[in-house]
Formats: sequence, structure tokens, C-alpha cells
Amino acid sequence: MLLIECPWCGPRAETEFSYGGEAGIVRPLDPDALSDEEWADYLFYRANPRGAHRELWNHAHGCRRWFGVERDTVSYRIAGSFRLGPAGSETGKGANTERDD
Amino acid sequence: MNRYSAFSLLRNALSHNRNWRAAWRSPEPKKSYDAIVVGGGGHGLATAYYLAKEHGIRNVAVLEKGWIGGGNTGRNTTIVRSNYLWTEAALLYEKSMQLWEGLSQDLNYNVMFSQRGVYNLGHSLQDMRDIERRVNANRLNGIDAEVVSAAELGKAIPCLNVSPAARYPVLGASLQRRGGVARHDAVAWGFARAADALGVDIIEQCAVTGIDVSGGKAVGIQTTRGPIASDRIGVVVAGNAGVLAQMADLRLPIESHPLQAFVSEPIKPVLDTVVMSGAVHGYISQSDKGELVIGAGIDAYNGYGQRGSFPVIEHAMQAIVELFPVFSRVRMLRVWGGIVDVAPDACPILSKTPVAGLYFNCGWGTGGFKATPGSGWVFAHTMAHDEAHELNAPFSLERFSTGALVDEHGAAAVAH
Repeated sequence: MLLIECPWCGPRAETEFSYGGEAGIVRPLDPDALSDEEWADYLFYRANPRGAHRELWNHAHGCRRWFGVERDTVSYRIAGSFRLGPAGSETGKGANTERDD
Repeated sequence: MNRYSAFSLLRNALSHNRNWRAAWRSPEPKKSYDAIVVGGGGHGLATAYYLAKEHGIRNVAVLEKGWIGGGNTGRNTTIVRSNYLWTEAALLYEKSMQLWEGLSQDLNYNVMFSQRGVYNLGHSLQDMRDIERRVNANRLNGIDAEVVSAAELGKAIPCLNVSPAARYPVLGASLQRRGGVARHDAVAWGFARAADALGVDIIEQCAVTGIDVSGGKAVGIQTTRGPIASDRIGVVVAGNAGVLAQMADLRLPIESHPLQAFVSEPIKPVLDTVVMSGAVHGYISQSDKGELVIGAGIDAYNGYGQRGSFPVIEHAMQAIVELFPVFSRVRMLRVWGGIVDVAPDACPILSKTPVAGLYFNCGWGTGGFKATPGSGWVFAHTMAHDEAHELNAPFSLERFSTGALVDEHGAAAVAH
């Protein structure tokens, strides 16, 4: 079982969390302007690396907040967790803005 | 090839079984081949076999980084069925089913294909509606299927809990009588032996480290045993498909996940069929050795580790004990994981790629074993003719941008 560190609640068992896939997938601002290939790329294509992977987790049975985890997909070792910030910020590559409530 | 028969058994018995030949050679890789299949699992070996048998392409190498049948071919729960909802998928799996039905004779190798029936349980009114819809869809596609009531289930499988008082009561099931199980190792060995007999070089302990592309065409590969040239390369590597795609600067719409399976200690014959439940999410059969063979869902996270998390095991056990209270004190003997390559629509990718001469057979997700012969058959056609067979044409890479997905996620008989 993975021991995942929620940035707000601390280390908790994997069963408290749900997995959200690769982090940093930015929803295109103007989908109508995309080609079918670009839209498919956004919807379906993921890096799926063998090694370091930045991914989203949700503390579903806890504070219910989304955050990021860097985990190795071969050893499953977790390098650390990070809060999500606006696109381009240092803490998160994604456009998932942290809700401050 | 030594042909296996009652006579050869007898003859070898007389010489104290000292003169059996190896089932396949272990040749050194040649400098070039007419076709290369990367991945020596069931699908890859079947591809090579049908390339040689159906298309006369015999100068073929199968490259395997480990040993034959050491990957997902030897790690699955061996269930064979073809009761998929959508026509595209149903026809592909049904082609495979038809090949299964003559496979032992065709390969001269007993793959122990046992058509003991596959039940897919329904636990709610909606489950039963979906089952009736799927059974009707199967019949329209010429695939045997029937709806079975809870009372009939109770008679057919005495140890299944069909009490209305159960937490998730069983209301009925679909039944495909032609479904069943096969011996997974024997499938790999049988295809390897038959392909070898037709001239295919099976090269184990040979990992691919690069794919050579020149002018948009595949020209060869780099391996741990040196470079090998070929202008026709089929990649059939399941969980690691994305890693191989990267070597040719391609991306695939798949994600790799661990899928776990378990066997119990051997017990006396108790379950003579296959039972699957999408709702409580577990599936079970009993092997000829007496072990209960159990599988469940994937671990949610991406992983290449050939192992998963304990909660998933616990969840599968809960499902099995829910269905079969009698198994609550059976001890599990082994647990293992395989890496499955899951496509967004839970259907395979059997396709040409933007690189000419490079083909991918991947994305089988959690259900590739049943498709082993059919997958090899259509993929061999695709590689031989540089064009998809009509059975695998719907399973192209392009479907993800055209939107013509074959959405078996949740539609197939068990939640993928």
C-alpha cells in the first residue's frame, strides 16, 4: 500500500485517496480552434512514463482536495507531494487553481 | 519438429524419455529478417506463427527480452470468451474463439482449451437489463449467449450464494457456453513450437533498445544482442508498448497499470465453470490442479512494477467471498501482477503507425489472453499486407482523433 502525503493532512494510507492521472494536463482555452489530432492529444494521449511521473491525487476520504504527487512508476517510490497552483507557477504545471476555502 | 502423438509418447517412453528434442531452437539472431516481431508473449508468437502459416513469410524473428511466456501470457487468469457488446469487438473476439476451438490440433500442442462456460453475473435490475441487451447483441452477431435466472444459477453452481438475502444479491447472469479457460503457458509454448517449426527464429533474452527510422520508414532495430535490419516490424509488448513507441518518436493513447491475480491452495473439484461479476468485481475459476484462480480490477495508478497494492487484493477477496461464502477459509498461495496497457475505450490498438513498416498491437488492457490467436491472426495480416484486415480495421490509431471509438469500457461483460 502506498503511503501518500496529503499537503494539508499529512501522510495517509492509499485507500483514503483516489487517483486522478497525469498532472499538468491543461484544458485548451479554445477547443474549437483545435484540430482533431490536437483535441485527441488533450483527451487521450498521456506521457505514461516508465520512471518519474507527476500525477494528481484526491484526498477523497479526507479533506477532499486535489494535489500533486511525484512517484516512480517502476519502484512506486513517492518523491514528494505538491500543491497545485495556477498554470505556469512553480508549484504546479497544471491549470488547476487551488481553492482557498 | 517432433510431432506429438500417442505413438511418439510410446516410442519415447521406450527410450525412457531421454530423446525428446527441445520444443524450439535457440538460434543466434541473423543480421536481417523479412519481419521482426518484438515481444515473445502469446500475441507476438501467434503473430509470427500466422505470418509463416497464412502468409508464407517465414524469415521472421520473435524477440523477447525475458523468456517465452514470462510476461502477461503467464500472468493472466486464462479466461476465454467472446461475448462483447459492440459488433467490432465481438467479431474480433469471436474470430479468436473460432481459432481457439481448433487450436490444439492446429498447433499439435494441447493448449487444454476447456469450454466449460462463462457466467457473467447481474446484481441489480440495471445489470440484468444490460445483460439482456448484450445477450441479444451477441446473438445478432452469431455468438452463443443466453440469459440465466438466479434459480438456474443455483442449480448449475451449487456453491454460489444466490440467496436474496445476500448483500449484493445475484439476480441472474449471462452465459456463454463456448467460453472457458485454456492453459496459458501451453498457449505460449504451443505457438512458439509451431512457429519455430515453420522457420521462425525465437530469440529470448534479447531486449530491444532502439527502433531505427529513416525517411519515415522503419529500417531495423537495436537490441542487446546487436542491430537487426528489417523493414517490417511489429511491436506486441503489452505494458511496455508506450516505451517502445517512444523509441520511434511515437505516442500512444495508452496508460500502463498493474493488474493482480491470485491462486489458492489446491482443493478438490468444486467449481466446473467460470464466474465473473462486474458489480462486486471479481472473477474465478478452478484450475485442473485444483487451485482457485482469481482476478479483479487494476490498480488505479500508473505502474510498470508487476505488482500492486494490498487493498486491491482485499477487495477481490471480498468479492469472491461475497459470491462464494464456502471459500472464506481457503488460503491464497500466490499473488502476482502483470502490467496491462489500457486504452481509453478498453479496446486494443492493432494498427499501422505514421512510421511506414512499423505496426503496433497493444492496448489489450485487462483482457488480452482470450484474444491471443485472433490477435496474432489479424496482426499477421496487417503486417503481411501493410493493411488492416476488416476485423481489425476499426482498431486503428486514428480512431482516437476521428472519434470512432469502440467503447467497451463498462459495456463488456465485466468492468474492465
